[in-house]
Order: sequence, then structure tokens, then C-alpha cells
Amino acid sequence: MMKTILKNLILNNPDQKLNKKTNLIIEDGIITKIGAITSDDQKNAKVFEFNDAICAPGFFDMHVHLREPGREDEETVKTGANAAAAGGFTGIACMPNTDPTIDSAEVIRYIKEKANGHLVDVYPVAAATMSRKGETLAPMIELSEAGAIAFSDDGVAIKSAKILRTALEYSKMLNKTIIDHCEDETLAGGAMNESFNSTFLGLPGIPSVAEDLIVMRDIMMADYTKGKVHIAHISTKGAVELVRKGKENGINVTAEVAPHHFSLTDDSLKTYNTNYKMNPPLRTAEDVAAIIKGLVDGTIDCIASDHAPHAPEEKELEFEYAPNGILGLETQIGIAFTELYHKKHLTIEQLIEKFSINPRKILNIKVPKIEVGELANLTIFDPNEVWTVEVNKFKSISKNSPFDKKLLSGRAKAAINNKQIFIGDKFLSI
Amino acid sequence: MPLSSRHLLGLHNVPKEDINLILDTAKTFKEILERPIKKVPTLQGKTILNLFYENSTRTRISFELAQRRLSADVINFSVSTSSVSKGETFKDTIKNIEAMKIDMVVVRHAAAGTPYYLTQLCDANIINAGDGTHEHPTQALLDLYSIKEKIGSIEGIKVCIVGDVAHSRVALSNIFGLKTMGAEVSVCAPSTMIPKEIENLGVKVYYNIDDAIRDNDVLNVLRIQLERKAREYFPSIREYQQYYGITRQRLDRIGKDILILHPGPINRGVELSNEVADGPNQIILPQVTNGVAVRMAVLYLLGTKN
Repeated sequence: MMKTILKNLILNNPDQKLNKKTNLIIEDGIITKIGAITSDDQKNAKVFEFNDAICAPGFFDMHVHLREPGREDEETVKTGANAAAAGGFTGIACMPNTDPTIDSAEVIRYIKEKANGHLVDVYPVAAATMSRKGETLAPMIELSEAGAIAFSDDGVAIKSAKILRTALEYSKMLNKTIIDHCEDETLAGGAMNESFNSTFLGLPGIPSVAEDLIVMRDIMMADYTKGKVHIAHISTKGAVELVRKGKENGINVTAEVAPHHFSLTDDSLKTYNTNYKMNPPLRTAEDVAAIIKGLVDGTIDCIASDHAPHAPEEKELEFEYAPNGILGLETQIGIAFTELYHKKHLTIEQLIEKFSINPRKILNIKVPKIEVGELANLTIFDPNEVWTVEVNKFKSISKNSPFDKKLLSGRAKAAINNKQIFIGDKFLSI
Repeated sequence: MPLSSRHLLGLHNVPKEDINLILDTAKTFKEILERPIKKVPTLQGKTILNLFYENSTRTRISFELAQRRLSADVINFSVSTSSVSKGETFKDTIKNIEAMKIDMVVVRHAAAGTPYYLTQLCDANIINAGDGTHEHPTQALLDLYSIKEKIGSIEGIKVCIVGDVAHSRVALSNIFGLKTMGAEVSVCAPSTMIPKEIENLGVKVYYNIDDAIRDNDVLNVLRIQLERKAREYFPSIREYQQYYGITRQRLDRIGKDILILHPGPINRGVELSNEVADGPNQIILPQVTNGVAVRMAVLYLLGTKN
């Protein structure tokens, strides 16, 4: 039997109204004691000292791109899961824009098999329509039975109001959420936010109304069908206002934001660095302020990275030709605590809700409890640790992050799940 | 006094002294171009690459002529003959070229920001010959030179840029250069061809061409793109010609002879009527001549800076 003692933690789970300084004992992955450690407890135990770091239910990132199957040179299920653990996450949902698309039970099973035995739980999100083309519905019942946690055509919006309606109605009977990338396709295709900066840089713009229009469509359709819609990577002031109004009207809509959309603006593009190119694009300071307000008042339910690995040869291109997306798993706790906690927008509890509790509730995944008898599924973090991002030390195969060399405050100390701990750059059994 | 930068990526933030230096140097070169023997040994031993990822015969010929007049060794590279079609990345192409010891690169590219990216990939002096809808600094410099040559000074004059400003690389460079030199700058086009928040660059916006003609001393008329994609921004060539085309009748009606520039090639009968394009108040062909002298000046000043 394995016995592990985690000393001097501040347990914090707003879902259990738990906030206390204590110690944990874990035996064979299960929490067996919360409280004072006796000399008897210490026999044959592995002891980790945490010096009052915070211990929360394991963090969950509901928007990750693993490139397997298809582009294993950029990220595999395993390296992506390693990056998640290193970044402090014990669960991730991976998007279906792989090659082949996750639109068959075989691909779901393939990914789940690759993730089997890992510390990080990997939940595939299946395509809402075949090949994400917006023409025919994916086999949602079969996909659901194989393990699809939600449905999305991420990368593009669900093509038409008609197929969205069908997807919402069909997924409703499975109690599954439709996650939508909100961008009107006739206004899409630009390289950055349409603004004074796009005029100045001579780059084609993507107007914020391209996002707002589809958010509005999706909310109205969720109301009409009584299905569940989740707005992926919200980036505009208009979209935040639409979601707020939708929630006030009792419509089943939730939203996530990626860390770059509350920490950066399109001013960052002035050097044409392709590591600032993503979709939705970086917007204006006004949008960032609206997003932070939306995080504070609960309009935005959770933070998700939109982790999008790309090979160097793909990003080392002319700006307009480079693909969209940046890494996020290994920097997002740091960015969120730096920008939201240390700037006094959100409390520790609110951040735990946005990183752990809310994403699981949106996806109908049980929120881990910090209780004797429960499987230890925990994220331990120090909100005050100051560290420098080093992309070369990332677990991710790819290195496309604009945050390299950036100083951040707040870092994961350990991730625990499935009878393993990731600590000090290593996976250990517990 | 040398230029303050070793590249010419655009006219944004290029100081007035630099622009004056280029224009004064161009004047000297223009005199040389009037001589029976038009060649000087100034850039002998320098190797210049014309890297054209986008077809632009005029700009390339103008640069090449300027380079040959300065006795530089010239290499032309165009996208159809490159390895890009074989899947080589831009970065690899540039690294290969750099390994061949090139001193200066003149680059034309459909993607904005590429000349800036080039400065990070190689040590050569980089001259932007047009990047996407961003900048085309030598075109703006030759426009400045031509206006100055005709009017005597740029300070205080009123210049209106007419046409598809949103999809032009000439407009931004002209706005930056003209404002630095003390001109008042405006733009005139249908609202769909005015890029977002351009007023923040300190330019006035006209939607009515007659008003623009009345208020200004110079019109810099841009070419209207006739391809299908560009056509999404206005209803028809006919409507554009009727409401924005510069015709003799329009000028007569307003009763004003205004100096007209055009970067070429002209769509005759669209943005300029035949009469106006060949009329007394245009300096379209002198612009072309001045283009060679201005490019000689830029090449000389950058090429001898290191």
C-alpha cells in the first residue's frame, strides 16, 4: 500500500464551503485522513511539505487542442496531458478538429486509449456535424456512448441556424452541451481584430460583430430549443453583454474565456509576431475591460486555454499566412492569477470556481470533493510564486507562446489524480 | 548626414530630416539621369536582390533601373520561379538567399509586415517595395518629390488621396510622409473604402469628390481594383465612375484646376477620364521618371550607410 502525506495545505473548495489549513493523507490514491499528522501516520509514508500552498479540487481545462490523430509532430494526447499536469490541470476536454475529425466512436476510443492510465483525465469533445462541415449531424448517441463529453465544430461556427437547431434539439435528449466557436463565416478570414490597429498595420480585420452575431444566434436558438449552448473563447464586449442578457432571461447559455483575451490587446501585434495571432483575435482594451467585468459578475463561467500547438515551421511565416492559435496549458494559472487575482478582480474562490467547478458543471462531470474516502483529484498552487515562463521547458511539443520570458505571479505546485502526483517535474505514484 | 535607419520599411516615424535628405539626393540623381551617360559607380560591388513575391512589373523595373544606374549587381527573384511552390518556407528561402551574401533586399509581398519580418531573418538592408495593404514608402517618396518639384513646397499644402484607401498600400505611406512634411491630408472614397478609424491618423474624410476637389491643392488618385473581390466594396464600375471619377466636366463645373497624381497603372475612364489623364494638370509620367531618381537616392543612402 502506498501512503502519502501532504503537509501544510490550505484546503479550499467553495463547492464544499471548505477553507482551512490542515494536512492530507492519501493512501492508494484515496484521501484517508484530513487533519493533524501523528508519528504513527508518518510510518512508511512519503511526505511532501507545501508551506501553506492552496489545495483545490483538480483544475479542468475545457478547451484544449491535442493534435492526435493527425499532427502528432505538434502535440500528442500524451504530451498534451503532460503539459496539462505541469500546468496544474487534472482534467481536459479536447476539441474535435483533428485529422480525422472526432466524428466517429473509433476516434473517441483511440484518444481515450492513448490517455488511459494518465494522471490527467482526457474527455474528447466530438464534432457536432460530420467533418465539422455543418451539413449532417454527427452520430451523437453513439459518440456519447463512446465517451464524447460535448459537441462542437470548433474552429468554425456551426454553419447554419438550421443545423444548429437540429444539433441543440438532438443533444438535449443526451443532456450534452453544444460548444460553439462564434464567428460569422461571411465576415471571417481576417488576420487580426478590425480596429485602428488593423488600419495602421495594413492587415485584414475580423470585426467584433462577426462574433456578436453568432453569439446572438446561438442564444436565441438555445432559448427556442431549450438546448444548452456554451460560448467558446469569448472575446468581445458585445458578446459578453449578449451572454449576460441571455442568462438574465434564464436561457441555458454559458461562456468561457481564454487567458490571452483578458491579458492582451491588439496593440501586441505591432511587431507582426505570429505568436500573437489567434482566432478569435486579440481585441481592444474596451473588450478586455468588458471581459473582466463578465468574469467578476459571473457572466463568464470559466477560464479555458484554447491550447493550440503549432509547429515552428507553421508559425515562422508571413503574418497573414501563419495559422491561428497559441499554447495555453502551462501558462494559464500564472496569467489568471497575475491579471485577475493580483489586480484584485477575482478572489481565490472565484478563480477555483472558474478553473475547476464551473467547467465540470457545464459538462456534467462530477466535481471532486476534498473528503475522506474520495479519490484525490487535486490542484495545489501558490498564488504568490513569482516565476518566469520558459517555453523551452514546456512539456508541450510545440513552443508557440507569446508569454515566453514573461514574469508571472501564481503557479501550480502539484497536480494529483488517478493515484499519481505530478510534482517537481516528475510523475510519481501515490 | 546619414539616414537614421538602415532599412526603409515604411514612412511611419521616418523623421523630416531623412525625407528631406532623400528628396535632395534624388534631385542630384535626377540631374544625372538627364546626362547622356546616366550611370554612376556609387554602388559598384554591392549586390541587390529584388525579391518580388507579387507581380509588379513597374515597381520592379523602376528599382532595377535605379540599381543599374548606380552600378550595383542586380538579382531578380520572383515567386513563380522560386521554391515557394515546392513548399519551402519564407524563412528558409531568406536564409538561403542570405547565405549567398546579399547586401540589400528590395521586397514586394502580398502580406503586410513581411519586410519587417525580413529584418529579423537577415542582415541585409531591407527596402519595402509594397507589403499587402500596409506601406509602399518609395511610391510616397516619389509622390512627395513630384509635388515638391511642381509646387515648390509641401509645407501647408492640402492633399487628398482619392479611391480605395482601405485596400491600398500607397495611402498609408502617403499619409505618414505628407503629414511629416507639414501637408494637410485628407482621403475621399465611398465609405466602404475608408479603413476603420483612419481619422485617428489625423486625416479628414470626404465622401463627396466635389467637396474634396474644392478644398484641396492636390489629388492623389488611386487605382480602383477591378477584380471581383475588390468589387464587393462598391456597386458597379459605372457608379464609381459617375460619382468618384475625375473628369474634365467635373473639374470645369467646379472651376478649379487641381494638380493630379496617380501611382499607375491607370484605369482610363474609371478613376480618371482620358482627358484628365492626359491633361495639363497631371504629373503622372513625371512621377515615373522621378521614381527612378528617388529609388536611386534611397538605394544610395542605405547602401553607403554601413
